[in-house]
Amino acid sequence: MPTILAVDDSSSMRQMVSFTLKGAGYDVVEAVDGQDALNKAKSQQFDLIVTDVNMPVMDGITFIRNLRAEANYKFTPMLMLTTESAADKKTEGKAAGATGWIVKPFNPDQLINTIKKVLG
Amino acid sequence: MSVDLEQFHQVFFEESFEGLDIMETGLMELDLGAANSEDINTIFRAAHSIKGGSGTFGFQGIADFTHVMETLLDEMRDGRRQVTREAVDSLLKSVDILRMMMNCEQDKSDPDTDTIKRQLTELEAILGTSSGGGEVAAETTSSSSTSSGAGWNIVFEPDANMMLTGNDPLRIIRELAELGEIEVNTHQEKLPVFSALEPENCYLSWDIILHGDIAESVIKDVFLWVEDECKLTLTPIVNESAQPVAEEAKSEATQPVKAAATTKAPAGDNKKAANAGSSSIRVSIDKIDDLINMVGELVITQSMLSLLGEDFTMENLEKLQDGLGQLERHTREMQESVMMIRMLPISFSFSRFPRLVRDLSTQMGKKIDLVMSGENTEIDKTLIEKIGDPLVHLVRNSLDHGIEMPADRIAAGKNETGTINLNAYHKGGNIVIEITDDGKGIDPDAVLNKAIEKGLVPPGANLSNQQINELIFQAGFSTAKEITDVSGRGVGMDVVRKNIASLGGAVEIQSEFGKGSTFTIRLPLTLAILDGQTVIVGDEIYIIPLVSIVESIQINSDMINKVAGKGETFKLRDEYIPIVRLSSVFGIENAKAKELEDGLLVVVEADRKPCGLFIDDLLGQQQVVIKSLEQNYHRVDGVSGATILGDGSVALILDIPGLLRMSVKH
Amino acid sequence: MKNAEAVVEEINERIDNAQQQDGDEYLTFRLANEEYGFDILRVQEIRGWEKVTRIPNSLNYVKGVLNLRGAIVPIMDLRIRFDLPQAEYTPTTVVVVLSVMSVNGTKERIVGVVVDAISDVVNAKTSDIQSTPNFDASIEIEYIQGLATAGDKMLMLVDVDKLLNIEEDVSLLDSEDHEDDD
Repeated sequence: MPTILAVDDSSSMRQMVSFTLKGAGYDVVEAVDGQDALNKAKSQQFDLIVTDVNMPVMDGITFIRNLRAEANYKFTPMLMLTTESAADKKTEGKAAGATGWIVKPFNPDQLINTIKKVLG
Repeated sequence: MSVDLEQFHQVFFEESFEGLDIMETGLMELDLGAANSEDINTIFRAAHSIKGGSGTFGFQGIADFTHVMETLLDEMRDGRRQVTREAVDSLLKSVDILRMMMNCEQDKSDPDTDTIKRQLTELEAILGTSSGGGEVAAETTSSSSTSSGAGWNIVFEPDANMMLTGNDPLRIIRELAELGEIEVNTHQEKLPVFSALEPENCYLSWDIILHGDIAESVIKDVFLWVEDECKLTLTPIVNESAQPVAEEAKSEATQPVKAAATTKAPAGDNKKAANAGSSSIRVSIDKIDDLINMVGELVITQSMLSLLGEDFTMENLEKLQDGLGQLERHTREMQESVMMIRMLPISFSFSRFPRLVRDLSTQMGKKIDLVMSGENTEIDKTLIEKIGDPLVHLVRNSLDHGIEMPADRIAAGKNETGTINLNAYHKGGNIVIEITDDGKGIDPDAVLNKAIEKGLVPPGANLSNQQINELIFQAGFSTAKEITDVSGRGVGMDVVRKNIASLGGAVEIQSEFGKGSTFTIRLPLTLAILDGQTVIVGDEIYIIPLVSIVESIQINSDMINKVAGKGETFKLRDEYIPIVRLSSVFGIENAKAKELEDGLLVVVEADRKPCGLFIDDLLGQQQVVIKSLEQNYHRVDGVSGATILGDGSVALILDIPGLLRMSVKH
Repeated sequence: MKNAEAVVEEINERIDNAQQQDGDEYLTFRLANEEYGFDILRVQEIRGWEKVTRIPNSLNYVKGVLNLRGAIVPIMDLRIRFDLPQAEYTPTTVVVVLSVMSVNGTKERIVGVVVDAISDVVNAKTSDIQSTPNFDASIEIEYIQGLATAGDKMLMLVDVDKLLNIEEDVSLLDSEDHEDDD
């Protein structure tokens, strides 16, 4: 089963994402901010990244930019969790190498559907 | 698959309340006019998280409300909007309302919608928008052109580097295939010769015919992530048979209804069974690690014991006793660690005061700085909860009766801004909380007259200033000419004193007319933890609180100085420091060190005065749980409490200031 | 002679049993060759003597404090309390742990007392308790709530609350302090 890295500084969102994905049969590793995520992604290969944008220490976009520069993450799908109002974040995120985004608020089914599509 | 979102609600509430605290603190610390964008970003981020979470977990009202706050914060952060007092005040009020909304969601009660609406209007007025919120929930219903019903011709030309964002053209084509029957024609013209091929680039493009009655917006959604990374052309297929108008209307109408239904579902879920209002505390990882270590040791001991028990012979008796002793020790240590989990920093109680002082001083037209220190002093959770109200009352009292109006302060030759100090520290097994103001202090004449008038004191009584100050704690005494909104509320200082006494504590006042007042609250710490130095004198072990220790030294005879009379002192870096022999203060007869050179001097400090406490030897440092001597016995001079050592024996904890006072008597 | 542990165990068992019944039962103990009794409902447990932690500047009969399942419990020596010649602590020396109510009945304290030896648990009917006439006893008369006979021996029943009233100790200590000051 693919392994997913779920990044969010909010523990409720992180738990929800992780719980939902595990329920769908994926292996999930959690990280609490971009830096934590970057460290984890370097020590283990993930098949997909789901990350919040607004986070302390290192935001999601910087994280995506840094991870995308890693040779073994060139083609890995990286999804941002973002709100509808933050349209500029989508553009910024895309420019940093994000595959796409999931708009908050989302429900678990929407999350699973999107991820299933991306992972094929 | 369905996930019950309610299981995440408790975590969401906890982190949201923390987020609200961060917003509140952040807002109060903002420099009007010259706010740092990073500071605003911290507040923004907290609001943003609350918005995201509340929307996801089905608290749409909170999400909508936070959205408006977030918009305002966003503009401030980007410098598009000045950080005005008005805006900060309004945001602070909004934080309160969010907290209220959050509480209502938590206990499934109805929020005060009028207040929420009024606040939203206020925020929007500041923003200069009149749109009535709710844009978060708004679904994109803009499907400009609709299909003719037959399908679409799609020309899809990805940019060469589209795959470098993790987007796979195949995935997109697969997704289209799920919408309806497709015919795909691949263009390979751009494919270079093999030697020139960049394996990471995408050279292909596609013409796709998608059959079926599909809205343009649905197709655009498929390409949503890549719309800036490809050329995309959508042309409706003109069908030979015309599309009935009625059917088109129907498809338009059903779409939004479906969307509304799905967004409503989680909101309905949320109104399910009431949550059994369990309170929880956050515990530092260190404390948990300690516990886990101890459990580990316990498990080892347990397995050792069961091994012994399997095949027990009397030769192993000693091992068994050792094991049981270990078991007892570990169990006790674990009990103590569990108790430590209940200890929280007093900041949990202090954190409300910056806001309180800010709001009340604005309301009263006073200028007041609040200075807090010792917020990390730990105190039992139950005490934190119970000391809250008395503290609020005392701080309000200082604000109301203590600090003067700016004009009066200037007239009195003071800085127009008054200061209230809130300070907490451990002292002699107590936690001490001081509330100090540099206001007008207590006017002894006014208080005495009032007390005589109220019949609390006989006319002509001759009282010291301290006795007069104490009168304010008498039942039925209130110096305020009329009950003000601030400290009035029908509760007197007598109630404050009674409440503190019911916690086993005491409150005292010191005041100087014209200069200010200090209220000192002392609370016992029956469950408190203390970092202690274990020392030995004779065969008795004592604990000295590490906070009172400056250093420990061994002295030689040329440092010692006998002062006329019988006091011993020693010279430490040009300072003569009195020596107190613990053995003589405590009447310990079998002290090993008779001469000062034979033992050790622990230099301790009380009331900023150093003193050399003479003991036989140091043993070790450890955290100890303070136990009350007063529960079954009574207070002992020079001792603040007791603790239980690893071997189960009792060691007394020294009360350094008390001890030094005793030594003066001796 | 039974060893102390066996005695303690046996008596503790009997205390448990007695406390489940309604009778006026007393734990009898010996002090300077006289028999006394404690109301068994006030007895928490009996322990062998063990080393205590001395309390500085306390009254001389306060031997110190002991850890009793996490609580800090003061231990008093009744011989010293009543100016009897001090006895060596032997294997039969036991500590009786008592529950003491404060004078106004609001606070319960746990206090241990050192006695020479534990004798028995006896039944003494209320009618056996005669109002105390003038008589000689090592324990001052104000602490005796009555007399009873157990077999052929006379038994003096101790008023635990009066005997171990710690508030009174404090005032004693305070007055001593004042004398020091003067």
